[in-house]
Amino acid sequence: MAAPEASTAAAATTSLRYAFGGVLSFFILLLIGVLAFSIRLFSVIKYESVIHEFDPYFNYRVTQFLTKNGIYDFWNWFDDRTWYPLGRVIGGTVYPGLTLTAGTLWWFLNSLNIPLSVETVCVFTAPIFSAFASWATYLLTKEVKGAGAGLTAAALLAMVPSYISRSVAGSYDNEAVAIFALIFTFFLYIKTLNTGSLFYATLNAISYFYMVCSWGGYTFIINLIPMHVLLCIVTGRYSSRLYIAYAPLVVLGTLLAALVPVVGFNAVMTSEHFASFLVFIIIHVVALVYYIKGILSPKMFKLAVTLVLSAGLIVCFAVVAILIALVASSPTKGWSGRSLSLLDPTYASKYIPIIASVSEHQPPTWPSYFMDINVLAFLVPAGIIACFLPLSDASSFVVLYIVTSVYFSGVMVRLMLVLAPAACIMSGIALSEAFDTLTRSIKFQLPGISGGNSEANAGDASSASASAQNDVIKADKTEETAKERPSRKSKKKEKEPVERPPRNPRNAKKLLVLPFEASIVGIFLLVLLGAFYVVHCVWAAAEAYSAPSIVLTSHSHDGLHVFDDFREAYAWLSHNTEVDDKVASWWDYGYQTTAMANRTVIVDNNTWNNTHIATVGTAMSSPEKAAWEIFSSLDVKYVLVVFGGLVGYPSDDINKFLWMVRIGGGVFPHIKEPDYLRDGQYRIDSEATPTMLNCLMYKLSYYRFVETDGKAFDRVRRTEIGKKHFKLTHFEEVFTTHHWMVRLYKLKPPKNRLRGKTKKSKAKTSSASSSKRSGKITRNPWQ
Amino acid sequence: MPVRETIDSSSRTKMGFRFDLLVLAVALLSTPALSDLVLTRVDRRVDLTSHIVRIVSTLKVENTGKDSVSEVLLVFPERQAKNLAYLMAASSPGKGKAKASAVNLPVENFNSEGLPPALVAYSVSLPEGGLGKGASLTFDVSAVFTHSLLPFPEKITQADTQLLVFEESAYFLSPYAVKVQSLTVKLPHPRVESYTKLENTKVQGSEIKYGPYENLAPFSYSPIVVHFESNQPFVVARELVREIEVSHWGNVQVTENYNLVHGGSQIKGEFSRLDYQARPHIRGASAFKNLVAKLPPRAHSVYYRDAIGNISTSHLWGDSRKTELEIEPRYPMFGGWRTAFTIGYGLPLQDFLFELDGKRFLNITFGSPINEIIIDTLIVKVVLPEGSRDISVSAPFPVKQWQETKFSHLDVIGRPVIALEKSKVVPELDQYFQVYYKFNSISMFREPMMLISGFFLLFVACIVYVHADLSISKSSASYLAKLQWEEVQSVIQQVDNLVNRCLMVHDKLDASLRDLSRMGDVQACKAARKHADGLLKELSKELKPLLSFLQNSPQAAQILPKVEELVVKERELQDKLMVKHTTVVDCYEKKLSGREIENRIASQQNKITALRQEVDDLLDFIDEL
Repeated sequence: MAAPEASTAAAATTSLRYAFGGVLSFFILLLIGVLAFSIRLFSVIKYESVIHEFDPYFNYRVTQFLTKNGIYDFWNWFDDRTWYPLGRVIGGTVYPGLTLTAGTLWWFLNSLNIPLSVETVCVFTAPIFSAFASWATYLLTKEVKGAGAGLTAAALLAMVPSYISRSVAGSYDNEAVAIFALIFTFFLYIKTLNTGSLFYATLNAISYFYMVCSWGGYTFIINLIPMHVLLCIVTGRYSSRLYIAYAPLVVLGTLLAALVPVVGFNAVMTSEHFASFLVFIIIHVVALVYYIKGILSPKMFKLAVTLVLSAGLIVCFAVVAILIALVASSPTKGWSGRSLSLLDPTYASKYIPIIASVSEHQPPTWPSYFMDINVLAFLVPAGIIACFLPLSDASSFVVLYIVTSVYFSGVMVRLMLVLAPAACIMSGIALSEAFDTLTRSIKFQLPGISGGNSEANAGDASSASASAQNDVIKADKTEETAKERPSRKSKKKEKEPVERPPRNPRNAKKLLVLPFEASIVGIFLLVLLGAFYVVHCVWAAAEAYSAPSIVLTSHSHDGLHVFDDFREAYAWLSHNTEVDDKVASWWDYGYQTTAMANRTVIVDNNTWNNTHIATVGTAMSSPEKAAWEIFSSLDVKYVLVVFGGLVGYPSDDINKFLWMVRIGGGVFPHIKEPDYLRDGQYRIDSEATPTMLNCLMYKLSYYRFVETDGKAFDRVRRTEIGKKHFKLTHFEEVFTTHHWMVRLYKLKPPKNRLRGKTKKSKAKTSSASSSKRSGKITRNPWQ
Repeated sequence: MPVRETIDSSSRTKMGFRFDLLVLAVALLSTPALSDLVLTRVDRRVDLTSHIVRIVSTLKVENTGKDSVSEVLLVFPERQAKNLAYLMAASSPGKGKAKASAVNLPVENFNSEGLPPALVAYSVSLPEGGLGKGASLTFDVSAVFTHSLLPFPEKITQADTQLLVFEESAYFLSPYAVKVQSLTVKLPHPRVESYTKLENTKVQGSEIKYGPYENLAPFSYSPIVVHFESNQPFVVARELVREIEVSHWGNVQVTENYNLVHGGSQIKGEFSRLDYQARPHIRGASAFKNLVAKLPPRAHSVYYRDAIGNISTSHLWGDSRKTELEIEPRYPMFGGWRTAFTIGYGLPLQDFLFELDGKRFLNITFGSPINEIIIDTLIVKVVLPEGSRDISVSAPFPVKQWQETKFSHLDVIGRPVIALEKSKVVPELDQYFQVYYKFNSISMFREPMMLISGFFLLFVACIVYVHADLSISKSSASYLAKLQWEEVQSVIQQVDNLVNRCLMVHDKLDASLRDLSRMGDVQACKAARKHADGLLKELSKELKPLLSFLQNSPQAAQILPKVEELVVKERELQDKLMVKHTTVVDCYEKKLSGREIENRIASQQNKITALRQEVDDLLDFIDEL
């Protein structure tokens, strides 16, 4: 009779329901994107639309160059305004992904006649890409555990503080686009693994190429994916899909990666990439074995195995021996310093002070986990458990991802950024599963509600019987087995009007149904947890991570006070000195000086030449005359020091000074760290060593400081300084900013006749210890 | 009327006293044609209180010749004329010097042939057919000079005060004989380093008076030099680009890019912030810290920034007549220090844009809103909305003018830009000018429409994409296989539905049994069974064509066994249920006890449950596909 009609109607409802779900997901994703974008605008609203910190200024400057001179000049750019007199080949030493992305964005907008400045585009690149990253997270988690988990993970990632800290508006750094590329590459890998489609495999290689362009962290991908492949092989999960997911990635990915100038032949020559090739060989061997197994009888196969194994092992040993010999012959075993410090956390502090001196290369503290991923830290274990029920290729990948990223984040605080997406995915899975269970338990125990719903939905002849059934259920509940019947019933009824719910009803059947009250409480607690997370994230975005660090503010009783000293100094430099003047400062301020003041610097944040940095460190640690000689040999005209003693700005040069001594002393042995320490303590008060009190950094920082309050009380070190009254013989003050945070000195021209001897440091009191302080320098550990 | 003068670059002359040549030349010549006029009285007041030199001269002219004279010549030494930024003559009819009734007299460049070299002359046209015989006229000439105060010494330290040198002639330089004249020099401070002492020189407070001098021949010249202290802000904009963008959506956006320098004595040696902060008025007297700009009333969205971001040191307050903006450059400006910044603000359109005879015109000021600023080169760009035409400019003084095109938000042909350039701009030149153009209001909606249609097309493209079949080859094997597979899927879906409906019927049967146990209505139960039986038969009839379709379809080969199994199991389940039903009903008819009934059907019930389980599993399996 009406059967075909009913079935088509049912099909229509189903597709409508799917469409409705699709539209709903689409809007949720849209809102998540808006959330990810807008939560990062606190810095623009509270401060201004300006580039933040240190590295972003370099990226901004490169982008300006790119938009002005075009792509070919960019590749060939030799920058003579930095690392004077060496210069730097920017085109070949920079990861171009971010710059090219923002440049393309700018070009696109301008070709539509939307005249945004390069700065505006740069400022908003990071928020835009965080929206992309949260969508990529959705896709990845959807491949692993379904759309619900995907949406939850995307929402969590949109506001995870760890990621916010690197992608607020103005934080124009590689990580901003790299995290998106990382997640998207993982998504495409999983997608390929799930579908076995060569199309996705190719996309995956391209996405990997984008990641290589963007960030040195691509080595994480090219090590994690082989690890996962190996895991799959070892656990007997080899399939042709795995082969398609992996082999094209290695071949195409390596070829593409070698196109990026900064990577070049490193893509095949350094140890970071060896794992991928090794696994590449293994997967081929395994594929061959599976193939042979398919065409041979079991008996023949056994024979073949023994033959091949005995021959193959010999060859393998030979190859391995050669490899080891090759690798061992290079001094760093083929690993870059930063990668080594990842494998051996104590490596950097032992051998490379320049890496150890950067604050974000320190291991994180426990509170920083809570600060950066908050409640996710507690949800992750639940997520891992959920991934094991059941364990698929995809879920084993995310488990591997979280385990490795937890390790790396424990080594270096900035790699918390890699952990954040993994934690979000895991927590998304955990939350989604929990909600799934709880809401289902509630639904099954509220037959009245579901019956009512079905009635409303059904609206046909069955409604009468449905209501009859409701009565029956209620009546029978007491006699029948209370647990199974109603759930079966309600399931049936749910099936009846809509024919088939989108999710598989079998899961529901297998699930243990929780007590009604417990489910309500559970949901309430979960919502509370989520609310707590949101509050924390908003707080972190608004308060903790939105400061651009070139502008500082403080709240005092008479309102907001703005410290804009850095830009004051840079503006002064750019307008009131000659274009070709060289400015010497500690490397932290190199990028900003070239970008904002447009003056040539001696060293900058791209710490590629340790000797050069050590030279500047030595000059800063030397007495005035020696320093003058070093500086004038480098054609330096101005020296810039950052001094926080007057207003209490803690990351100033005096606090970083010990690193200058260490780095300087590492190359020039006449600078000895103990000379600057009294009984192992770093101090600048009257107990300080004469070497300390006579070094250039001390003098430039405290020149005429005593005249401010009569006592020369340093508000950062909370002490009176040791040597209060002194004159400068080889330098003259040319500019000091409003709050004394930046002081600029000019080298005096040499005198016709030098007066007798200059004073030399005599005392050599020794001691050893450190007060680790270093500016928040954005450095790339992968470079 | 203001001066019409040649445009030349005002290069600052170095400190030098090169009057000798001039004086010689002056002594030599006097042109007879000019001697008909006599200046009976000349009073000059030189205002040196700011770094802009303003000289106001009151001249009384008398015609001693026979013919009426229509113009009066004003001459300046070349060195001064080079810095002349503004020249205006105004007559006051009658004796009273009421400014309200002042009539502006047109001033023009005068071809200085016949005049001594190194002199530049301007002619003032007299009103109403000129000056008749014996008649006299009093008028004021006000002249404004830039860069006429030279710092001396040129370099000072932070603690020194700035000393300036001003040169003038004690006698009014004129091609006419002057009967009585006097000169007053007004200084910012009574502190004078030195000044040229002539006869009749008096110092009164901060004023130096020369004269009166009587009966001087034409071209008399007597140089005086005043060396005095002045710490007035020496604000010089080397270049100012003002961009005025008209939007018919109700806004006039003004953006001003300043390139500023402190034009006074340059600082030498150290700059000590300590000294500056401790005693800013002594150790930093020559520096200026802030600038005040008077913006038009109802200015909004004011910003103040430079190339590296916002500058937070500014204050804004306003009332109904003006908006005042106080800005501080990033650092205090000492002599020779430079800075660059941008000010921007929006103005309400209706205050500045008017309509006249079908044409619109923009009426807005030319100069900079900053007080007492000298602008070496001022470029004003008026950006009109896209689609404006018939553009003309009316400026109160001659300017260099050209047109550009600017591409801004979503422009297609670009917006017409009128650029006006003028060098040596002083606050006196901050006058209104007009830009006339024609504009069709419909054009306003072009860009929103473009956006709307763009998004519309995007959505249409999406819809088309979703609905279109984009496979390249319609006959390829994979495409056909896909189509077949879809068909198979829909059939399986139907089978699924049918089986589900069978299960529903089973549930109803069960329900009827329960009704029976409660109410004992055997007949109703039987009727229910009959009804269910009929339904099931129908359903199995419907199933048949579907199954046969599946059997014929190669695509369904994989799934077919499962489907068949499902159907078989379901049929089995049906039978069992019927048997159970019959048994129960029979039992009821025999009035057996509930326990006995249960015992009887227990084995059946077990089988039914097992079958049901299997059917459910199979359904799930098929669902999964």
